[in-house]
Amino acid sequence: MDNVFLQHLWLIPLLPLASATLLIITGGRLPNVTVSLLGVGSVGLSALVVLGAALAYRGEPVHLILWTWMQVGDFAPKIAFYMDGLTLVMMSVITGVGFLIHLYSAEFMGEDTDYSRYFAYMNLFVAAMLILVMADNLLLLYLGWEGVGLCSYLLVGFWYKDPANGLAARKAFVVTRVGDTAMALGLFLLFTQLGTLEIQPLMAAADSQWQSGALMPVLATALLLGGAVGKSAQLPLHTWLPDAMAGPTPVSALIHAATMVTAGVYLVARTHGLFLLAPQVMLAVALVGLLTLLLAAFAALNQNDIKRILAYSTISQIGYMFLALGVGAWSAGIFHLMTHAFFKALLFLGAGAIIHCLHHEHDIFKMGGLYKRLPVPFWSFLIGAAALAALPFTAGFYSKDPILLTAWTLPQVGPWLWAGALLGALLTAVYSFRLVFIVFFGDANTEPDRQPGWRMSGPLLLLCILSIVGGHFALPLASVLPDRHSEHPAAVVEWISIATPLLGLLLAYLIYHSGALSMSGLTESATGKQLRQFWFKGWQIDALYDALFVNPFKGLAALLRHEPVDVIYNGLVRISQRLHAVLIAMQNGQLRRYATSMIFGVILLVALVLLIATEPVAPEITGAP
Amino acid sequence: MALVNFIVILLAGGVLAGLSERINPTLPRRVSLAVILLDLVYLLSVYSGLDGASAQAPQGNWLLYFHHTWIARFGINIELAMDGLSFLMSALTLVLGAIAVVSSWNEIARQQGFFQANILWTLAGVLGVFLALDLFLFFLFWEVMLVPMYLLIAIWGHEDKAYASMKFFIFTQVSGLLMLLSILVLVNLHHSATGSYSFSYFDLLNTPLQPSTAGWVMLGFFIAFLVKLPGFPVHTWLPDAHTQAPTAGSVILAGILLKTGAYGLIRFTVSLFPAASMAFAPIAMALGAAGVIYGAVLAFAQTDFKRLVAYSSISHMGFVLLGVFAWNSLAIQGAIMQMVAHGFSTAALFMIAGALQQRLHTRDMRQMGGLWARMPRMGAMTMFFVVASLGLPGLGNFVAEFLVLLGLFKVDPVLCAIAALGLITAAIYSLMLLQKSFQGEPGPDRQIKDFGWLEMGTMAVMVIGLIWLGIYPQPVLDIAANSSFGSSVMEVATASLVK
Repeated sequence: MDNVFLQHLWLIPLLPLASATLLIITGGRLPNVTVSLLGVGSVGLSALVVLGAALAYRGEPVHLILWTWMQVGDFAPKIAFYMDGLTLVMMSVITGVGFLIHLYSAEFMGEDTDYSRYFAYMNLFVAAMLILVMADNLLLLYLGWEGVGLCSYLLVGFWYKDPANGLAARKAFVVTRVGDTAMALGLFLLFTQLGTLEIQPLMAAADSQWQSGALMPVLATALLLGGAVGKSAQLPLHTWLPDAMAGPTPVSALIHAATMVTAGVYLVARTHGLFLLAPQVMLAVALVGLLTLLLAAFAALNQNDIKRILAYSTISQIGYMFLALGVGAWSAGIFHLMTHAFFKALLFLGAGAIIHCLHHEHDIFKMGGLYKRLPVPFWSFLIGAAALAALPFTAGFYSKDPILLTAWTLPQVGPWLWAGALLGALLTAVYSFRLVFIVFFGDANTEPDRQPGWRMSGPLLLLCILSIVGGHFALPLASVLPDRHSEHPAAVVEWISIATPLLGLLLAYLIYHSGALSMSGLTESATGKQLRQFWFKGWQIDALYDALFVNPFKGLAALLRHEPVDVIYNGLVRISQRLHAVLIAMQNGQLRRYATSMIFGVILLVALVLLIATEPVAPEITGAP
Repeated sequence: MALVNFIVILLAGGVLAGLSERINPTLPRRVSLAVILLDLVYLLSVYSGLDGASAQAPQGNWLLYFHHTWIARFGINIELAMDGLSFLMSALTLVLGAIAVVSSWNEIARQQGFFQANILWTLAGVLGVFLALDLFLFFLFWEVMLVPMYLLIAIWGHEDKAYASMKFFIFTQVSGLLMLLSILVLVNLHHSATGSYSFSYFDLLNTPLQPSTAGWVMLGFFIAFLVKLPGFPVHTWLPDAHTQAPTAGSVILAGILLKTGAYGLIRFTVSLFPAASMAFAPIAMALGAAGVIYGAVLAFAQTDFKRLVAYSSISHMGFVLLGVFAWNSLAIQGAIMQMVAHGFSTAALFMIAGALQQRLHTRDMRQMGGLWARMPRMGAMTMFFVVASLGLPGLGNFVAEFLVLLGLFKVDPVLCAIAALGLITAAIYSLMLLQKSFQGEPGPDRQIKDFGWLEMGTMAVMVIGLIWLGIYPQPVLDIAANSSFGSSVMEVATASLVK
């Protein structure tokens, strides 16, 4: 702890937070150069502190308590940071990839009138994400968790003048909040049962108090999983991510590909001690991952918008991470998280460069033949796609292969999980290279009007390198995550796993480039068209949710709009108004009416006396003095 | 004596502000602001001068106590006292009172003197409600805060002011009558048990009651405070009153007046009738959860900016009701925190609504859109308070709602899950508010003035307040914990947990 970097861990989130605050307070009055210096520089400095901390890290977790957040009875969460190998990996990815994307943004967003606002939100996002991964307790983690959700909302809707962007932003926030609410309930349950929210003591307490597979750990982890699938865009809460592409492309790279969407993976890995006590939920994690990766791969294969393809591929790749977590390959999941951050950031930034140089064109069928015209994006894309497809010797290969192999070794369901993941790998290779062949080869449809400058090319180059060598990084996860040890699968399983992506590449070449394999017979048939449309619409899940949730809610709101409760009070008002009208009719000033009503009144009274006052009353009257 | 001064300063200040109009029509607002700030400084200096020793109150842990015989024959006294809770509420009243004056700085064109007098008198009534511990006196202040508020809406309100002010008056009057009846019944029960009349809180606290009688009297108090809170289903006066009131009126209504209902529930309903309240708690909590959801759905259904914020208040006050009746320290602390945090966030949103109406002459969100481009400062502020109101961690409202729900979870996990749906619906209506007004396609180009220094300064106070409450709420939690309702409530709470 005597190391200067470890003592000042709090600087890591504070630097971007301070920059964001400054940018918000100055409200766009600073010149762009200053904004870039603040926005990019703060994340860069933060990355340097992370580097210092990484060099000083000796395998011992660092615990830094700043202050007690709140204390009511024995509920006393702290503002405190905890750093171990897992935290270090996450911090490095966030600040490292984050810095490159900030640098890239300085050029990409250079002409935007809201340049300062953009960097304020981006910095705020980095700060929130860092708090998320550095928190020592689940409540502070939840602060970061919701913080990144807010920044995602702000950045998806960054170009606020188009209502469609606003709608996409709102959808992103509300859908993830459904998950967040489940997670909050999980926090209530954990605190009520175990008496703390601090992650390490929490896992220890759970281990000593809970039986494996009992109701409490299952319930608690299921609720946490609800939060995780929301933030990480997994089934059934994945619908917000494709729409979130409405934001600027570097935002998609940073938030909706490299960092924020992996928060769910981080949460599950961070609380692995709880999940290990709930084998049923572990299996659910694996199944969620498998289903999501397949579903998203089919959808990706049928998109035309370059960013939507990448969005679905992100959902699919996070599915692999969930699969890894579910089968107990914790480190493999985090490893894939890291390599995915490299190559997906690369792909998105490459896509951004194409969009930037091509008059904001998103449709891949309007691109084509760009490999000579835009060489930097081409090589970036080629390397990124290779890593995404997990071709041998790319970073993606080294991280995806262990996931497949560990899945195979799971008893009973293992081979099925493996086969599903393998199908996914095939599809991944096909859609990745479909993208490459359609965008960069064939006939040119649109001429680029510029080339990316150094601030865009530099990050692309670095990410290219990372997407290749990233597979050889040794992560300090062994002391944090207890990987399931199992015997190695047969060599043939391994070879099939390696060969499948190559087969996918070949298929993509034959279908989308050489034309040797024509799919038109399949795709142009009536069923084929319907199926393609179905997949294009993301399996119509949005329509399903509209019918199940959105429309009933709107209907309810429309039904209640005019405050039905007031009917009761208005009824009271009407009754008193009627009575009022009756009484008014009596006060009409006509003497004859008054005389008549007096006579009737007297008769009525006498009649009443005669009717009611029978025998018993009489003695009393006579008895009166 | 300080306790009396807090109230008298405001009452006298009201007269002064009213008279000052004769010198200059813009003088009253300055006088008003000065009086409120003076009172605030006085309150804070008295509070900081306390050395922690408890005052000579008959029982419990009080910071200040004042007693002066008034109508000895009926046991009516001028009895005032302050503990942590009433200090918090008094400070909130004065801070938001000052903000309310600023929020209507340029809005009022006629009878500025009388307007400011009514504001100060309302505040005086509220302060009296928070400090009075003689139930007769309490009822008196309860009425005192009502009449000037009614005038504020009826004279300076918007298009439907007559209807709204009358509705407000009748709802509050009827509930006040119910409370008066309950007070009289309670005093009579006390008389028949002990042989002496007393309206003193401390005497009535120990009245022996039959469970069935206690239930009915408790219900009388409960309904009276529920109307004020407002809780479902007696909330319908609020959207009209809020929408039609002038900005300062809305700020005071939402920021402070609603809190008197919550305060009453804690101080009187629960404390005077712990057993009966506990038996009633499931129903009260169900009403709270219903309010959370109902308010949120109706907020979503609105097109009027102010009405939307009004319904969001109903939703947020549902959490207070849940917190009070969930009966444990977590939930009650959360409820008190919600009273403070909601005071700031809603006051700010009403101030923005007022500023928009003044500039655009409409509250209809369908006629807004894209305002961010013209008023980035106001847009940024709206965003901040919308985000606070949807309960983003790091801001005060989150601490409040989290504590309430956490406390509720211990008591009733299912109800907690239902109330937690309010977190989702809050996101839906809050973001819709922001998007319909400030985002989207900008309307026809015209000159609209953004927030100036005075408004931004006021906003900054509330921004800093909410961030402070969000990341370091401990001082407020500690002050609230130093309240004398604490012991009685906590005893029952622990008893109920053991059972």
